[in-house]
Amino acid sequence: MSDIHEESDEKAPIKGAEPEGESEPDARTKPESLTGEAPSVDSGATEAEEDEAQLATTEPTAEVLQVRRGMFGVKGSGDTSGYGGLTRVVEFPAAATPPFGGWWDQVYDRIGALIPDFSDVITKVVIHRGEITFHVERHHLPNLVQHLRDDARLRFEFCSSVSGVHYPADKGAELHAVYHLQSMTHNRRIRLEVSAPDSDPHIPSVVATYPTADWHERETYDMFGIVFDGHPALTRILMPDDWPGYPQRKDYPLGGIPVEYKGATIPPPDQRRSYS
Amino acid sequence: MSTTDTTDEATEQDPFAAGGDAAEGHVYTVTGQDWDSLVSEQAERGDERIVVNMGPQHPSTHGVLRLILELEGESVTEARCGIGYLHTGIEKNMEFRNWTQGVTFCTRMDYLAPLHNETTYCLGVERLLDIEAEIPEKASVLRVLMLELNRISSHLVCIATGGMEIGALTVMTIGFREREKVLDAFELITGLRMNHAYIRPGGVAQDLPDKALDFVKDLVVWMKKHLPEYAAFCNENPVFKARLSGVGHLDLAGCLALGITGPPLRATGYDWDLRKKQPYCGYETYDFEVQTWDTMDAYGRFRIRLNEMWQSLTIIEQCVERLEKMRGAPIMIADKKIAWPAQLSIGSDGMGNSNEYIKHIMGQSMEALIHHFKLVTEGFRVPPGQAYIPIESPRGELGAHVVSDGGTRPFRAHFRDPSFTNLQAMPVMCEGAMVSDVVVAVASLDPVMGGVDR
Amino acid sequence: MGVEEKLPSGVLLTTLENLFGYMRSAAFWPATFGLACCAIEMMTYGAPRYDSGRWGQEVFRASPRQADLMIVAGRVSQKMAPVLRQIYDQMPNPKWVLAMGVCASTGGMFNNYAIVQGVDHVVPVDMYLPGCPPRPEMLIDAMFKLREKVRNTPIGLNAIEAAQEQEQRQLEAPTLVEQKGLLR
Repeated sequence: MSDIHEESDEKAPIKGAEPEGESEPDARTKPESLTGEAPSVDSGATEAEEDEAQLATTEPTAEVLQVRRGMFGVKGSGDTSGYGGLTRVVEFPAAATPPFGGWWDQVYDRIGALIPDFSDVITKVVIHRGEITFHVERHHLPNLVQHLRDDARLRFEFCSSVSGVHYPADKGAELHAVYHLQSMTHNRRIRLEVSAPDSDPHIPSVVATYPTADWHERETYDMFGIVFDGHPALTRILMPDDWPGYPQRKDYPLGGIPVEYKGATIPPPDQRRSYS
Repeated sequence: MSTTDTTDEATEQDPFAAGGDAAEGHVYTVTGQDWDSLVSEQAERGDERIVVNMGPQHPSTHGVLRLILELEGESVTEARCGIGYLHTGIEKNMEFRNWTQGVTFCTRMDYLAPLHNETTYCLGVERLLDIEAEIPEKASVLRVLMLELNRISSHLVCIATGGMEIGALTVMTIGFREREKVLDAFELITGLRMNHAYIRPGGVAQDLPDKALDFVKDLVVWMKKHLPEYAAFCNENPVFKARLSGVGHLDLAGCLALGITGPPLRATGYDWDLRKKQPYCGYETYDFEVQTWDTMDAYGRFRIRLNEMWQSLTIIEQCVERLEKMRGAPIMIADKKIAWPAQLSIGSDGMGNSNEYIKHIMGQSMEALIHHFKLVTEGFRVPPGQAYIPIESPRGELGAHVVSDGGTRPFRAHFRDPSFTNLQAMPVMCEGAMVSDVVVAVASLDPVMGGVDR
Repeated sequence: MGVEEKLPSGVLLTTLENLFGYMRSAAFWPATFGLACCAIEMMTYGAPRYDSGRWGQEVFRASPRQADLMIVAGRVSQKMAPVLRQIYDQMPNPKWVLAMGVCASTGGMFNNYAIVQGVDHVVPVDMYLPGCPPRPEMLIDAMFKLREKVRNTPIGLNAIEAAQEQEQRQLEAPTLVEQKGLLR
């Protein structure tokens, strides 16, 4: 049923969020009313949720996580609920366009004032549940981060954490590094997200600006294999120094062993049957 | 040839790697021989600097922490931490379990403040579920009560083990004696002494038993009577002050650059406390003060921890007052598709589902049975997105970065642990000091290796 | 050692056995090997309320050279396993190992890449204590059972015989997986 995405691409009325500035909250477990073939939809006439589903952005495969069919997600036969025709699209929160509202605009505009051509630097802004995430192009990261720390109106002087997330479905940008920055002066928090492909897992290091990122980047390297260029001593920190592989990637197995009981063995959690 | 040259050369690729090979310089092996022979050997060789490895099994390194110290006499010229000896892969394990089961995993990270781990994780999940406004008030008050009790028990362990590490063994015995009372309170309310999976997404797991509030009131009275003992033992004790004052100096710029939060940051005089600055669980409605000190050293951190315990007692009293008026209020969110089912009660074999609840799901409500079944087998689904809500744990800023892909399992749950970040300050604090100061400095940071390594 | 290994089976050997058992079980000196949450419960076991000093164990020796009991309290990660083995090797005989908690006994709830699934993969274990973490009372119970075991340890010829018997039993016993149908 890949027609849904194609159709929504062509027919998506707006790229970006609703006029009020914040991405619409996702439909939770409420079943969508999309059934059968994807209907062509007018932006004016639809409900917000359907709109959301139609708002596949220009990279539909990155945003749409999955399409769930049927009531219980059972594939093939076996779903006797009678709701087998239900189709729900599950997506990440869509990008937001300025104005965002509140201090987010101040931060965004200030970055724009400091960095010319900052649309190259900040590729996407996502606002979800009251938290703002700037997606940053990796080569521009050190420069941006220095401005974030030093400028008086931004003053994000505290880097809470640097961590990695592996999205194997996000082809070409599988490894994400997430930076949580905090401004104690203004009491604000933002998040930066930087991505790198599996084939070239290099991201410039921010240790020069935030020395606290030293061990965090080492841990992200250890767990995901993201190489931080410019890090003073990028080595394994949690696993033994000669450990092969990067454990927290999705393609690395959990590594458990089957547990023996009297009369049966239970396989480790990643090899058990899953019903959803 | 001193050990430093060969060490650098052999490990230029990897200065953090275990540098203990014989190829890198003379290794002095201590096998129980006469210490004089070791000293004279070193004097003969003329090695000025020796690399000493403390840990990972060591009574004074606060857990499985490996300290690699380069010593010149008694002074430390370079210090590094080797961590990872307790890495459990909890974050990856959580990706294979339900959202609710994730609580039982994350609770074992920072094992001295398990309820704090649970809270930050649950707050993140609740934000993603968008049910923050629907958490019942009693659940929030209970969370605050448990968090503050946990703060007291964690600070007691810090003071107790810190005292033990510098040789004040009585501080350890009285610390653990106090802590037992708090653990009794935990056992009464949550069922377990440690690693309770009590705070769950949507509220808390169980309501207060009948005698709990009286017990907590008695506990507060008892604490008020006994906490002054620590002050009497330590505050003006000349040996204690000599060991702790001026040790582990870290000023505000250093703290901010290194990402230090918690008592070490407040010891610089900056009153940054997430309970006041970015309140959660209703903390803005409680009346308490942020404790600071201005000496930036281990002594200041110790005094802050003592004072924070008093403030926690104040907060606990306020919680108890509120809870008295909330008897019978719900403790889990009303939405049955998320609320963890099954109210537990003490059954004939210890613990189990309450009979009324079983009657309800088996006899009265089909929907309740379905909800119970779906929640226990599959779990609820959390909409896609990410959330990061840090809280003020006894060690500093503890936050869970929770990423969901719309499924019943966390896609990624990363914990920003304060011990992990605070331990980066160890070289800064220890280089230039003496070996004995290293122990005190590390103890004043209060790292819990479960949180460091996860 | 020397003499008792050469004694023939008989009254003398049994008396010596009793004596050795009594001496060795009287006061173990644990080596500090607290790793994680169980270490805290081990500390409360040494603390005033569950006072282990009542039976001679309040002295947790920091140096393994002076200890005879290693309580492995907590989860043993892959990085820590060689260290565990080294500490065990540094302990002089006679020595015993008590695996405290499920993580030390079998890997516990952490069935994954980072944790050794039971310290018996690394060191020989004399007593397993389940719990997550086990209450100090459970640790006391395990300690008493260990004392009983040590009290009754055979030495010399008896030890050789006992080992042979145990090996034979274990060769003939069905494996866990084969023991089906027990609930009927």
